Amino acid sequence: MSAPKPATEPTREEARIAPKPPLRRFHQARWDEQLIFELGTPGERGISVPAPEPEVREAVGDPAAALPAALRRSTPPALPELGQQQVLRHYLRLSQENLGADLNIDVGQGTCTMKYSPKVNDTFTRDPRVAALHPLQDASTVQGVLEILHRLEGLLKEISGMDRVSLQPAAGSSAIWTNVAMIRAYFAARGEAEERDEVITTSFSHPSNAACAKTAGYRVITLPPDADGYPDIEALRAAAGPRTAALLITNPEDTGIYNPRIAEFVRIVHEAGGLCAYDQANANGILGITRAREAGFDLCHFNLHKTFSTPHACGGPAAGACGVTEALAPYLPSPTVEFDGTDYRLEADRAESIGSVRPFYGVIPNLVRAYAWIMSLGAEGLRETAEIAVLNNNYLLAKVSAIHGVSVPYAQGRPRLEQVRYSWERLHDDTGVHSEEIGLRAADFGTHYWTSHHPYLVPEPMTLEPTESYSRADLDEYAAILTEVAREAYEDTGTVRTAPHRSTVHRTKEDTLESPATWAVTWRAYRRKILGESV
Amino acid sequence: MSAVRIGLVVNPVAGLGGRVGLKGSDGAAVQTRALALGAVPCAGERAAVALAELRARGGEFELYTAAGPMGATLAGTACHTVHRPPAVTSPDDTVAAVRALVAAGVGLLLFAGGDGTARDVLRAVGDGSTLPVLGVPTGVKMHSAVFAVNPRAAGEVAAAYLRGGVDVRRCEVMDRDPEALRAGRLASRLYGWLSVPHVPVRVQSRKAGSAAVSPESAGGIAAELRARMSPGSLLVLGPGTTTRAVAAALGVDVSPDGVNVLETGRGSAALLAQDANADGLLALTHAREAHLALTPIGGQGFLLGRGNQQLTPDLLRRVGPARMAIVCTEAKLAALGGRPLLVDTGDEELDAALTGHHRVITGRRTTTMYRLVS
Repeated sequence: MSAPKPATEPTREEARIAPKPPLRRFHQARWDEQLIFELGTPGERGISVPAPEPEVREAVGDPAAALPAALRRSTPPALPELGQQQVLRHYLRLSQENLGADLNIDVGQGTCTMKYSPKVNDTFTRDPRVAALHPLQDASTVQGVLEILHRLEGLLKEISGMDRVSLQPAAGSSAIWTNVAMIRAYFAARGEAEERDEVITTSFSHPSNAACAKTAGYRVITLPPDADGYPDIEALRAAAGPRTAALLITNPEDTGIYNPRIAEFVRIVHEAGGLCAYDQANANGILGITRAREAGFDLCHFNLHKTFSTPHACGGPAAGACGVTEALAPYLPSPTVEFDGTDYRLEADRAESIGSVRPFYGVIPNLVRAYAWIMSLGAEGLRETAEIAVLNNNYLLAKVSAIHGVSVPYAQGRPRLEQVRYSWERLHDDTGVHSEEIGLRAADFGTHYWTSHHPYLVPEPMTLEPTESYSRADLDEYAAILTEVAREAYEDTGTVRTAPHRSTVHRTKEDTLESPATWAVTWRAYRRKILGESV
Repeated sequence: MSAVRIGLVVNPVAGLGGRVGLKGSDGAAVQTRALALGAVPCAGERAAVALAELRARGGEFELYTAAGPMGATLAGTACHTVHRPPAVTSPDDTVAAVRALVAAGVGLLLFAGGDGTARDVLRAVGDGSTLPVLGVPTGVKMHSAVFAVNPRAAGEVAAAYLRGGVDVRRCEVMDRDPEALRAGRLASRLYGWLSVPHVPVRVQSRKAGSAAVSPESAGGIAAELRARMSPGSLLVLGPGTTTRAVAAALGVDVSPDGVNVLETGRGSAALLAQDANADGLLALTHAREAHLALTPIGGQGFLLGRGNQQLTPDLLRRVGPARMAIVCTEAKLAALGGRPLLVDTGDEELDAALTGHHRVITGRRTTTMYRLVS
């Protein structure tokens, strides 16, 4: 061991803060945190409620006696028992162990439109006039929030061109389901439900379209992409016929390629007697530029948690909005919000409605956020949002296309709208490194990306969608991370293959996700399936 | 515990004919001619890439192989030699080496070659052997589904297999059909089945050899077929893992490499004929309601005319397009990479009639509208 150096005054040079590296030296927290069910001590409480005064106790009596005997528990629930500080610490630690939308440059979650959710809009949802409402309040006492819902419907009618809009669905898939249910009700009312039992969708539309149609009892026909990446119009002609109930289609599709023949797709299906529903999850690049109505659609839906900035909330509740033409309006979910010029009311007495798809009126906090977001931008602002999102995407496209090993399948040389599905096929052929491995290595630089739905039609896919929220500096940093990881894949393959190295969890056991026998999404399921306890 | 033993056998002359335009390398005469035309052996080099990839991925194993260019030369010193071939190797050397490797107790067999070598391996281990086998693609003809997509992928799949959690599935060994070739046509024939490690869809983004059929997909496809058929009608199943899984979902075990005929009852199905030939199929389907289920060859898309020539134009016309079903999992369709389905029945008029878009049954109540060309 060498003797410690004598302390000296640092030189001017040494005192300077070192310049920032071109890529940040990120390292994620790792707390080895137990599950909350494994924490705490029996009897520990977050709040020690003082015993009521004798006169209060006397006046109230036994509160439990107010409950019907059948509803009373015989044993207390097996809840974790923790003090406030422990709870706070637990969740703060968990929050440090992920790469949430407010923490990383979240352009890698293509198709999800991870735009910034302005925090100022949360102040409205925390306002007691929203937060303290009870869903069973009389309509006369909730005129304000009903006015917001009515005005939001008006805005979305204008944005989509549709005649009526329901705000009840809880998210995108919920909205697709709502549209399919309305299509089913429409044909049932015409006595064609038996005959029209097929729904057409495309390979690059979100799989929820096929899934919702199947759930509603339809047969699903998928159209694969043609050589240019557009859904195969000849396949549509072969598929459409007297059994066609509807076409469920996204445009632009998840490749970011806008289908210029969309009006012809709609015409072919209409001529076959079917309806057309526009999945507008990918609307961020066309706001204020094109509308579902002008393309001839009968129904459409927006994901308010994507295009209109409300949070995704880790799987929900988010918010969906379904727009329909006058012909479909009778089937909209109940209740609807109606305005007679003086008062707002909820109309539930609608004989042809498909019923409720969500209790009460939908996810009010997210509807309030979406309303605030639209009002803060105005019509011109919405269009500018789309223009910047497309500009950002094509800026990133130019930077990422220049990375050795990346290719951009389909529609060569043509711009994309709001997202791009890239391919690392060439890099994989050269190095053996998979797209998933590149995404994992990106986590060592504080970001990540998503590949694609399965099965992969684009080999070694990567789907990036920068939205309007990210600055040029953000996009430069993101592209620099991908460039660095691609360089490593060629020059230091082992580092990429064994990544991530600076993340909370190095590798998840993906095989446990393959079988329902090992899925454990609750504590009870974990104890039963993984710990082998009989609970 | 000792490390897993991996067997490696290289056919040093595999692929010789390819670059010099001989369309294959089988037979001493072709090999001599290939060398005279300037062919350079590359099988060993490609096998070395696979081994290097396996080692880079941290696979722990002991290597058993044959001497010289059949393995030891490229494997280096750290290997056990079980077979010493003469200077000029023949298919019998592949067979002898594989048998010696099996006797040495290898848990995974890698072979480098093409369809001819795959057939030699099949001959050595026997049809339907459960020994996991993986081909390093170095041949000219590679119609078989037992190969990795490239040598590096072979090392990757082998490493994944050693790590555990990788299923082994039965995959087709195919080769050019000599009878068809004599008649002046290029066709392939199914020779048998080897057990091949199956790497799940998330890493198998392109055709990687084996055709995975989940019981859910097979059950869904079977239900769709049943719904089209009246009780007592016949179901003719073309060869393939998908159709075999469909038969299993109907409660019938059939050979995967032949054309099999089921008779459907009200609640069940029974095997009426196994490995039926062309005449037998025509006799069985005479004056009966007969349905046909076909599945494309994985990665290639051939639906008719490769490995199923028993399904003659006469039979196809009798069944008719309305009762002809194409069945395929979504993953297998995606692995075609946009390539169309292909038919080559030997009857141009029939091929033309089949051209167009078809509803490929991919599962319960799901189809994909897919293009077929001739």
